Amino acid sequence: MTRPEMAGPGKTAITLAVNGTSRQLELEPRTTLAEALRNTLGLTGTKIACNRGACSACTVWLNGQPVLSCMTLAIDAAGQEITTIEGLAHGEALHPVQDAFIEHDAMQCGFCTPGMVMSCAALLERNPHPDAEAVRDAIAGHYCRCGTYPHVVAATLAAAERKP
Amino acid sequence: MNAPFEGIGASMKRKEDLRFISGHGHYVDDINRPGQLYAYIKRSDRAHAELRGIDTAAAKASAGVVAVYTSADLTGIGGLPCGWQIHNKDGSPMAEPAHPVLASGKVRHVGDPVAVVIAETKQQAKDAAEKLVVDYKDLPAVATVTDAVKPGAAQVHEGAAGNVCYDWEIGDKGAVDAAFAKAAKTVKLDLTNNRLIPNAMEPRAAIGEYDPTTGEHTLYTTSQNPHVIRLLMGAFVLQIPEHKLRVVAPDVGGGFGSKIYHYAEEAIVTWASGKLAQPVKWAAERNESFMSDAHGRDHVSTAELALAADGTFLALRVKTLCNMGAYLSTFAPAVPTYLYATLLAGVYKTPAIYAEVKAVFTNTVPVDAYRGAGRPEASFLLERLVDVAARDTGMDRVEIRRKNFIPKDAFPYQTPVALQYDSGDYVSTLDAAMKHADWAGFPARRAAAKAKGKLRGIGMSTYLEACGIAPSKVVGSLGARAGLYEVANIRVHPTGSVTVFTGTHSHGQGHETTMAQLVSDQLGVPFSQVEVVHGDTSKIPFGMGTYGSRSLAVGGSAMVKAMDKIITKGRKIAAHLLEAAVEDVEFKDGKFTVAGTDRSKTLSEIALTAYVPHNYPIEELEPGLDETAFYDPKNFTYPGGCHVCEVEIDAETGVVSVVNFTAVDDVGRVVNPMIVEGQVQGGVAQGIGQALLENAVYDQDGQLLSGSFMDYTMPRADNLPNIKVGTETTLCTHNPLGVKGCGEVGAIGSPPAVINAVVDALSDYGVRHLDMPASPQKIWSIIQGAPRMAAE
Repeated sequence: MTRPEMAGPGKTAITLAVNGTSRQLELEPRTTLAEALRNTLGLTGTKIACNRGACSACTVWLNGQPVLSCMTLAIDAAGQEITTIEGLAHGEALHPVQDAFIEHDAMQCGFCTPGMVMSCAALLERNPHPDAEAVRDAIAGHYCRCGTYPHVVAATLAAAERKP
Repeated sequence: MNAPFEGIGASMKRKEDLRFISGHGHYVDDINRPGQLYAYIKRSDRAHAELRGIDTAAAKASAGVVAVYTSADLTGIGGLPCGWQIHNKDGSPMAEPAHPVLASGKVRHVGDPVAVVIAETKQQAKDAAEKLVVDYKDLPAVATVTDAVKPGAAQVHEGAAGNVCYDWEIGDKGAVDAAFAKAAKTVKLDLTNNRLIPNAMEPRAAIGEYDPTTGEHTLYTTSQNPHVIRLLMGAFVLQIPEHKLRVVAPDVGGGFGSKIYHYAEEAIVTWASGKLAQPVKWAAERNESFMSDAHGRDHVSTAELALAADGTFLALRVKTLCNMGAYLSTFAPAVPTYLYATLLAGVYKTPAIYAEVKAVFTNTVPVDAYRGAGRPEASFLLERLVDVAARDTGMDRVEIRRKNFIPKDAFPYQTPVALQYDSGDYVSTLDAAMKHADWAGFPARRAAAKAKGKLRGIGMSTYLEACGIAPSKVVGSLGARAGLYEVANIRVHPTGSVTVFTGTHSHGQGHETTMAQLVSDQLGVPFSQVEVVHGDTSKIPFGMGTYGSRSLAVGGSAMVKAMDKIITKGRKIAAHLLEAAVEDVEFKDGKFTVAGTDRSKTLSEIALTAYVPHNYPIEELEPGLDETAFYDPKNFTYPGGCHVCEVEIDAETGVVSVVNFTAVDDVGRVVNPMIVEGQVQGGVAQGIGQALLENAVYDQDGQLLSGSFMDYTMPRADNLPNIKVGTETTLCTHNPLGVKGCGEVGAIGSPPAVINAVVDALSDYGVRHLDMPASPQKIWSIIQGAPRMAAE
């Protein structure tokens, strides 16, 4: 489904494909993807920390590419495969990046963590064997006030080692 | 086969991580209550103005709006209280102006809340707030401490003449003056400690909910200390008794001090939800974090050191102006006094110290504790001064430190500024840090950098701090309006698993893990069988929360005390079951054993007996195995150590890169080395941020210029090197675990190490001192020989 030519300011019906499930929503066109995920779909794993595209806490995947969900309108995400932190694990089995974050103490307060994980996991999808510089580049847009960056880099490199 | 080691000293993976990593953390803004309304706070865009009226008609008529409130509606509501009273030199109490929940009569800083709009959706509340018409009459404003104390400066409060909150002193002025009069050398340094904005990644949020059938209020809030919020808001602001007020601080996304304080929004949503009988949620937008979360630091100081001819420190004299902002935040007055000036001895045996601290009001956001709180200001002043003293007197900066260290056999050591240190070994941390940092190999690295056209410098700090706050009687005598003990309830369940209810709060520190390790260690219960509960006043007896690196030193000690009670009771039950004398029953590794025999009962068996007391000394002992302890610390704890920083400066751009950073800290006994490393690294990250990147800037009219992530620069992944963390341990002598605290050492030790390295790198340019942040612009100007930027 593509974006309607005219929409709003009232609610518009849209369909979002989130973590493999099709969801019907009624949203004001000004609703961001982050707001739709959190407030309408109850997927609160995606965090809003600046709402201005400056901290990357809200990172999700659109068709496998990391995007800032606070800078993306929900209606623009219609017709694309949306993956959130809740959809990254396969059932009980965590994604290798998630496992490695726990193993390498790559989170403290946990608030920037979902976005950070989505960026690191996306990196390994496009570059299975990154070096430390590539990981730092991949998370260059993220803020972690707890200062876990060195452990995030170590965790992502370790996940790359482990990933088949 | 031995069970895996899960106790004190094991790097257990964190229990909290699975929910964080999978998106199932439970933060305040993730909570939605049935029928919830949304509050949006209209904030002043003026630094200082008369508030002549607010026309709310259009906002009230806006779609979805349920209510609009201004200060006129908040009848019977108290102001936000301050938790610490400082006295002036003459013994009179500090100026303590009212801090209304919504601005009344005047606004005093950009961000001061003037009205609240409550609507069915957040967007509706926000849209309606734009229709509020606020009639301001602008007044002259003052933003900096130096401007605030000038004659004729704009007055922030009627009751604080000259904008002075307090004018306080500590130490022996006569002894210091005498020492200076006969000193062989004196060194003087003017320096500022830059203003910082904490910016936890989770913006503050609060939900108020009221149950009219029970009269109970619930507040979900992003707090480091829910019981303190219940006490302050219930008793002083809204007059709600404790049994009708539940405060929940669930997962909290970082605090760093900024979530200690009781904020207006907590009172607003609690009060409004009662009035409307519907839950009310407020969640800050990031720009509100910048202009309403308490800021940190902001000192302007002059420091003077008197030395003997051989470099022995004789006396220290310090004069500091510090910024309180527009109102007194909860613990603000304590930070530049008892958490700063009392630390000015540092690790040195300086025999005479005198400090004067003048706290002033300005038209800026209130300033309070931010990671380190007072101690980073002391360490920066002292460790810069020591480096400058070495430079001015031609001594080696390592040797001047060694010469003046308090020796390890001098403990307990009484400083001239009130504190008594219990333990430490500053030579061991210095030696270890220099070794790990390869201090000796630096000249070769400098030469190699020079060959590439880079300026390389190395610097260190040998710092000390005080945490584990604090003995209630002592802080009471110093002006605290609260006790600073901690509380633990240890509940051994009938089948032997354990729940810990702690009055501390974890917002990134990993208490659910560390505290479970304590139980595993002391009671021999498997780590997986221990759950730690925090952050809910309806579950936990009481508590003072988490700040000042106190959770393990004070909260952990309360747990040990409660576990001792469990063991004492368990021995009596075991003695009954094993038909032995109580004094013959020993407890070790989860087993009660009759000494010298193989007759024993496990803790699980004892727990089951305690809850199913069929064969039980019921006449002497109550059933159950559930104990609570309050622990009041005997002293502060004194972590310390040595941080070594190596930087490389690109002379063409002035950009500083931290190329090596080594932190060797004495944090007392280490419970979880992995968590300690993370805490130290995180503190160092914030310290590097302060030293190189961060600066909260107001213009002279009180407008906040650094009010977004685009203007206020915090460390990102490429700003941090791999930080080497080591520990050298001396045990705290006065708490049962020997722990000192590790949450703030990184932020306290690192800024002077970074600046000392930057100054060293610029040694060819005649630089004696550089204030933070050492921005590319500042450094480029020095290298170009241009005048320093005045406004930065």
